[in-house]
Amino acid sequence: MQLSQFSGSRMTSQHDAAQAHAPGVHIAVNREVAGHVQGKVKLRARNVEVFYGEKQALFDVSLDVRDNAVTALIGPSGCGKSTFLRCINRMNDTVAIARVSGTIEIDGENINDRAVDPVLLRARVGMVFQKPNPFPKTIFENVAYGPRIHGLATSKSELEGVVESSLKRAGLWNEVADRLHQPGTGLSGGQQQRLVIARAIAVNPEVILMDEPCSALDPIATAKIEELIDELRTQYCLVIVTHSMAQAARVSQETAFFHLGRLVETGPTGEIFTNPRDTRTQDYITGRFG
Amino acid sequence: MNEHIVKSYEDELNTLTAECARMGGLTEAQVADALNAVVGRDRTLADTVVGRDDRLDVMEIDIERKAIRLIALRQPMANDLRRTVAAMKIATNLERCGDLAKNIAKRTLVLVEAEPMQPLTRSIDRMGRLVQARLKAVLDAYTSSDLQRALSVWSQDDEVDEHYNSLFRELLTYMMGDPRTITACAHLLFVAKNLERIGDHATNIAEIIHYEITGEDLITSRPKTDGLTALA
Amino acid sequence: MTDAILAPAAARPEASARNAAMQARLKVRRGQEMRFKLYGRIAIVTALMFLVLLLGRIIHQGYTTFIDYRISIPVTLDASRIDKADLGGTNFDMIVADAVLAKLGTKDDDFGGASTKVMQIISNDLGFQLLKQVRADPSLIGKTITVTGPVKADAALYYKGEIKRSTLPENRKLDDQQLDWLDKLKSAGAVSSGFNISFLTHSDSTEPEQAGVWGAVVGSAMMLFVTALLAVPVGTLAAVYLEEFAPKNRWTDVIEVNINNLAAVPSIVYGLLGLAVFINWLGVPRSSPLVGGLVLALMALPTVIIATRSALKAVPPSIREAALGVGASKTQTVFHHVLPLAMPGVMTGAILSLAHALGETAPLLMIGMISFVPGAPENLISSATVLPVQVFIWENASERAFHERTAGAIIVLLVFMILMNLTAIMLRRRFERRW
Repeated sequence: MQLSQFSGSRMTSQHDAAQAHAPGVHIAVNREVAGHVQGKVKLRARNVEVFYGEKQALFDVSLDVRDNAVTALIGPSGCGKSTFLRCINRMNDTVAIARVSGTIEIDGENINDRAVDPVLLRARVGMVFQKPNPFPKTIFENVAYGPRIHGLATSKSELEGVVESSLKRAGLWNEVADRLHQPGTGLSGGQQQRLVIARAIAVNPEVILMDEPCSALDPIATAKIEELIDELRTQYCLVIVTHSMAQAARVSQETAFFHLGRLVETGPTGEIFTNPRDTRTQDYITGRFG
Repeated sequence: MNEHIVKSYEDELNTLTAECARMGGLTEAQVADALNAVVGRDRTLADTVVGRDDRLDVMEIDIERKAIRLIALRQPMANDLRRTVAAMKIATNLERCGDLAKNIAKRTLVLVEAEPMQPLTRSIDRMGRLVQARLKAVLDAYTSSDLQRALSVWSQDDEVDEHYNSLFRELLTYMMGDPRTITACAHLLFVAKNLERIGDHATNIAEIIHYEITGEDLITSRPKTDGLTALA
Repeated sequence: MTDAILAPAAARPEASARNAAMQARLKVRRGQEMRFKLYGRIAIVTALMFLVLLLGRIIHQGYTTFIDYRISIPVTLDASRIDKADLGGTNFDMIVADAVLAKLGTKDDDFGGASTKVMQIISNDLGFQLLKQVRADPSLIGKTITVTGPVKADAALYYKGEIKRSTLPENRKLDDQQLDWLDKLKSAGAVSSGFNISFLTHSDSTEPEQAGVWGAVVGSAMMLFVTALLAVPVGTLAAVYLEEFAPKNRWTDVIEVNINNLAAVPSIVYGLLGLAVFINWLGVPRSSPLVGGLVLALMALPTVIIATRSALKAVPPSIREAALGVGASKTQTVFHHVLPLAMPGVMTGAILSLAHALGETAPLLMIGMISFVPGAPENLISSATVLPVQVFIWENASERAFHERTAGAIIVLLVFMILMNLTAIMLRRRFERRW
C-alpha cells in the first residue's frame, strides 16, 4: 500500500514496468499516448510579447511546437491566440502599431531578428485564413503564383507538375483537373479552402498556420479539411487556431490554452480534454466560463 | 466551481449523479435487509429483498441510458466526462451488489428450513455489518465527493478479506465436525462469499470515485490477502 | 439539447388591439413610402425632360449644319483671261461668276455689279478649285470644265429657310434679285443638297460655308493625348504610393486634404498657372496642344488620384493578406493583385476625368487657344484650337451662319463625349473580375 501517491497534485509520468509482477490485480497506467509518433521540436517561442500601440495583447508566451504534429491553440475571444499565430509568420509586421518582442525560433533560427526577410519567411511558413480567399485568377494561377514568384519552378512543365502535385496533396485534384483555367472563385467554400491550402503547400513550406480554417464551412466540408489536416501532419508542422473545442480535440495532438493574452496550459490533447491541470482550462473546455 | 453557462447541462449532470446516489441508497437497503434476513432467519424479509431486485436492474439501465445520452448530446469534457463515466460504472457495481444481496436472500429461504447455527450466524453478522459500513462509507464519499473517505475505504479492503478467511475456516471446521450441516454450511459459505464480493465492489466504487475526482488511476496494485493458495 | 419545457409565457396582450394599432401604423408607413416613390419619379421625369429639352434644342438648331447646298457650273476657261505665267493673279472668281451669269442667262453690266452680286452667293471655293486644277494641268486652259462647290453661307441659309423673303430687303443679307437667281439656279438643277461632309473634314475658315471642325477635333485629340500621357500614369502611381506604401502620418494626411481641395479649384486658376509657369517661364509655345495638355493634366490629376485611391480602398484586405501569406513582397502584392482588381475603378476614373478635360474651356482661353487657326495642327507645338473653344469662337462671330455651326460643333462635341463614356463602360466591363 503506497499512500504517498494519493495527493491531489498531478503525478509524474511513471511506468509500472519496474514493479514486479506480483500475484493479484496489477493496474498499470501508461501516461503517454500510445501509437503516435511526434517529431522533434520545430518551433520554439520564448517570452513573446505583443503590443498594439499602448495595449498589450500577449504576455510572456513561451511554447514549443513539434514537427509532424498538429498543435491547436484554443481560448475565448480576444485571448491572443490569433495574435500569437500571426507572430509566427510575421504578419503582425503589416500592422503599423504592432510591436513584437521575444524570440521565436524555427529550427534554431530566430525569425524575429531584423535580418530575417519576412517575405522569405512566409514562403517557409504558409498561412490559411478563416474566410477562403483565393486570388481572383484561374485555379492554375492561384497555385502557380507562389512557386513562380519564388522561382521554384524553372520551366512551364515543371510549374504544371508543381501545381498538380499540390492540388493532389490538398485532395482537390480530382475535382478540378478538368477546369484548371476557370476562376478559383467559382468553387464551393470547402473547395476554395482546399485550393488555398494547395496554394500554401505549393511553395513547399515547413510550417503551415491555420486561423480557424473551418469556421466558414459546412460540416462535410469541415470533415474533409480535418481529414486533409490529418494527412498533412505527416509532412508538415501545423498550428491551428480554433474556436471549436471539439475540432481541437479531434484534430490536434498538442493543445495550448490561451486566456487574456497569457498561455495558461499546454499539453497532449488527450490530457487537456480529460484531465487538465489548471482550473481555468477546465472551466473553459467544460463551458463553465462565467 | 463555476456553474455551467448552459443551465440544462448542469441540471442533467446533477440528475445523473442524484439517480446514482438514489440507486446507492436502495442497494444499501437491499444489503441491510438481506443481512437481517439471514441473521434473523426472516422469510418475509428475504422475499421482499428478492422482489425488489428488479428495481435495481431498471435503475441501472436508466442511469446507463442517461449517461450515454449525455455523452452524445453534450460532449462532456474533463471532469464532466469523468463524472458521467463514473456514474455509469458505479451503477454497474451497485447492480451487481444488488444481485449478490438477492442471492443471499435466496439462500436465506433455504437456510430457514435448517437448524440455526448460532456462532456462525454471529460471524456472518459481524462480517455483514463491516461490509455494510464500507458500502455506506463509500456511497457517502460519492455523494459528498470526499476523496479521503473513499481512499480510506479503498485501503481497508483486506479487513473484509480477513473476516472471510476466518469464516471460511470456521465453516470448514463445522462441516468437518458434523456432516449433517454440510448443506447449510455450504449455503453460508456462499453467503460469506457474496458478502466478500460486495466488499470488493465497494472498493471498486472507491477507485472510481478517486478517478472521477483526481483524473488518475490508483497506480499500485490492490493488496490482496486471500490466503487461498495455502491450504487450511 | 434539452427536454425541458418552457413555462407557459405570460398571457399575451389582447391580440386584436395590437393588430389594430399595427394596421393603422402600417397604413401611415405605406402612405409615406408611396409618396416618396412618387417624388422620386417626378424628379426623374423632370430631369429627363430638361435633358430632352436641351438636346432637342441643340439638335434642332444644329442638324441643318450637316446639310449643305452645292452648285455645279460648267466653266469655260477662257485663255484670254488666264495668265499662264501668273496664275495666282488671275481672277478665277470672276470667271466663275461669269459662268454663273451665263447659266442664269443674264448679262453682266459694265460696273461688274451683277458679277459682284453673284460672288456674294457663290463661294470662292470654286475659284480656288479652278486655280488648283489649272495649276495642276495647264492644258485645261481653253476647255470647259464643270466645277462643284458650296454656295455661300447666306445663300444656304436662304435655302434652309433662315433668310425669308418676308423680311424687308434692308434687313436681310441678300436682295430680291439674288434670291431670284437662287431660285432659278435651284429649279435649273444646278444646285443640289447633300450631307455636309466638309463640316467634319475642313478646319476653321472665315467663310462659314467652308468652316469645319476638323482642326478643332485634331487639336482636341492631340491635347487629350498629352493629358492622358501625363495625368493617367502619374496620377495612378501617385495614388498607389499614397494608398499602399506611404506611412500614415500627419504629412500624408495633409497631402490627402490638399489633393481633395485641388479637385475643387476653379479651372480658370489652372489657366493662369499655365500662363505664368508654362508659357511665360518655361517658354512652351502658346496655344499649342502641348501646353493645353499640360494645363489639363494638372487639372485632371487630382481627380485621377482620388478615383484610383477609392478603387484601391475597395479591394478587400483579404486579397492582400492572401498574397502576403504566400510570400509576395509589398510591391508584388500591389501590382500583381490589388491594382488589377482595382482596374475597373481606375479606368473609369481616368476616362471620366479625360472626358471632363475634353470639355474644359476657361483655362484654355487663358493660354491663348482662342486665336483663329485655319488648319489642323501639324504637331504638338503648333497652334491649335479645341472643340469647346471653337464653339465659343463661333458663337461670338457676327455672321449668322456661324451660329448654326456652333450648334453643329456642340453636337460633334457631345458625340465625342458619349463615345468616350461608352469606351469607359466597355473597358470597365472587360476588366471587371468577380471576387
